[in-house]
Amino acid sequence: MNPSDTNAPRTVIALQGITKRFGEVVAVDAVDLDLAENEFFALLGPSGCGKTTLLRMIAGFARPDAGRVLLDGQDMTALRPNRRPVNLMFQSYALFPHMTVAQNIAYGLEMEGCGRDEIARRVGEMLEMTELAGFRDRKPDSLSGGQRQRVALARALVKRPRVLLLDEPLGALDKKLREQMQLELKRMQHEIGITFVIVTHDQEEALVMADRIAVLDTGRVVQIGSPRDLYEFPQSRFVAGFIGKMNFFAGRLTPRGVAFGDDVLAGALPAGVSGNAVAAVRPERLHLAAARPDNDLNAVPGRIVDIAYHGQDVNLHLDVAGVAERVLVRLPAGEAERGDWRAGRQAWCCWAPDHTRILAM
Amino acid sequence: MPSVTRFWLGAHLRLVYLFLYAPIAVLMVLSFNRAGLPTVWSGFSVKWYGALLDNKAILSAAANTLIVAVVSTFFATLLGSLLAVGMEYRRRSPALEAVLFAPMIIPDIVLAIALLSFFTLLNFTLGLHSIILSHVVFNIAFVCAVVRTRLRQFDWAVFEASVDLGASEVTTFRRIILPMILPGVLAGAMLAFTLSIDEFIIAFFTAGPGQSSTTLPMQIYSMIRFGVTPEINAMAAVVMLVSFTLVLLAQRVNKGAVGV
Repeated sequence: MNPSDTNAPRTVIALQGITKRFGEVVAVDAVDLDLAENEFFALLGPSGCGKTTLLRMIAGFARPDAGRVLLDGQDMTALRPNRRPVNLMFQSYALFPHMTVAQNIAYGLEMEGCGRDEIARRVGEMLEMTELAGFRDRKPDSLSGGQRQRVALARALVKRPRVLLLDEPLGALDKKLREQMQLELKRMQHEIGITFVIVTHDQEEALVMADRIAVLDTGRVVQIGSPRDLYEFPQSRFVAGFIGKMNFFAGRLTPRGVAFGDDVLAGALPAGVSGNAVAAVRPERLHLAAARPDNDLNAVPGRIVDIAYHGQDVNLHLDVAGVAERVLVRLPAGEAERGDWRAGRQAWCCWAPDHTRILAM
Repeated sequence: MPSVTRFWLGAHLRLVYLFLYAPIAVLMVLSFNRAGLPTVWSGFSVKWYGALLDNKAILSAAANTLIVAVVSTFFATLLGSLLAVGMEYRRRSPALEAVLFAPMIIPDIVLAIALLSFFTLLNFTLGLHSIILSHVVFNIAFVCAVVRTRLRQFDWAVFEASVDLGASEVTTFRRIILPMILPGVLAGAMLAFTLSIDEFIIAFFTAGPGQSSTTLPMQIYSMIRFGVTPEINAMAAVVMLVSFTLVLLAQRVNKGAVGV
């Protein structure tokens, strides 16, 4: 597939002001989203943030209380799930237990009224692509978790939907298989060139796979962006804390940055923040120094309490006065060795003002 | 486990089985008794089985019983299975559950009187059809219970998956739900059939006058008032054989490896 040449990718599905209530609880609150052609999109958030409900409304299994779902500009809010060119891969896979792998995959094509030859050909292609050819006559209960996951994927993809929705697709797999499938899914999405929308609570999974991520919190989209955008430029404390590890230093906002202890932690001031704020910095942006650096790096004194060796890097946990949680410093193994850091030693955490993100409390 | 404990457990088991099955074994043995006296053995014979085939009243009662069992099983299975699907799909309601179990739990005599009063109130002519209706009433509950145990193992997402892949609700029922619950449905049907063929109290109350709606248990009851004959033993043995076969078959079918 040739990636789109135009600068503005075409929108496949647009959500406009989608709201869903369950009794008193607002599960999804006035969400607007545009899903582009051929992108890998992730809906990321903690459990109960409304991401699955949002996915089910795109699939047609839940009716929004307000708002519209558009496909290629056409309103499909009232369309039933079996009439939408959208397929859902269920979290439990939901394979038909009484059918073989090949019958499971063929089912959707039979429902479309495809001819027998076409069904056989397309099912064959799908079995090939998902490396299930050897299992075509097996029943789901004799397959491993990873194989079932691939059958579920094949069954949805064989219909060539405009958009494939995946509800926590890797949740039931063990860590190693999950990492392998993350790359596999990304490769498949790239190969067949349809839009994938994945729901996940695993921020690492979203960062690895997605082109764009929408972070949801209590039914609202709090930030949309590329993995790098979200990681490097979080716009709220929630996003900063939810994606990756982050150290927070709270204090009063001054014209140069956040006042912390006797110092000011310098950084670019965002608009619309006043009073108290937090200076946030990623663990891998921090360095340790025995004495306070005399250049204009931000610096906070602390005491090393714990050192965890991770192979290529080393995690050092420091007690810092004025911070409830321990400050995490992630040093490359070489730098950590040169410093000869020991638990109990005093050290200064230093970082460049460029790497400080100042956020509202 | 110490061997002494095992010995006593085994002895206990044998005693329980003896208690359960000795009367039935005696009945079956005596059905092959040549003499007309029901309790004195005087040699092997199958003549009482032959006598059964010559007895018009018994044959017509057997035919009635079969009609009642087949027809009531059919409707009870249909309605009970659909009810099971509905009950499992919707949200749980304890009140509804209790109402559903009522026909299984309330004493047969109460149900029998209730049905009779109800039919009388409606000026309903009693006959085979009223027995059939009555049997459908309690069998729905049994079929529903059996099918529900089957449904409970299933992930309801498969039904959404079917719709998601383009199937209508009707197609989903035919292609997905039905094949998945079929063993349960068959087991429920066999159970209903077994319950129907040896049901006495309700049939006795809701039957019409005369021989035309007399079922086999009612026939046995009327014969037994003049003493237990080997002919009755033979008939009981046949009924018992049919019931036993069906129950075993039902258990087997429902264990079948479809799904899970």
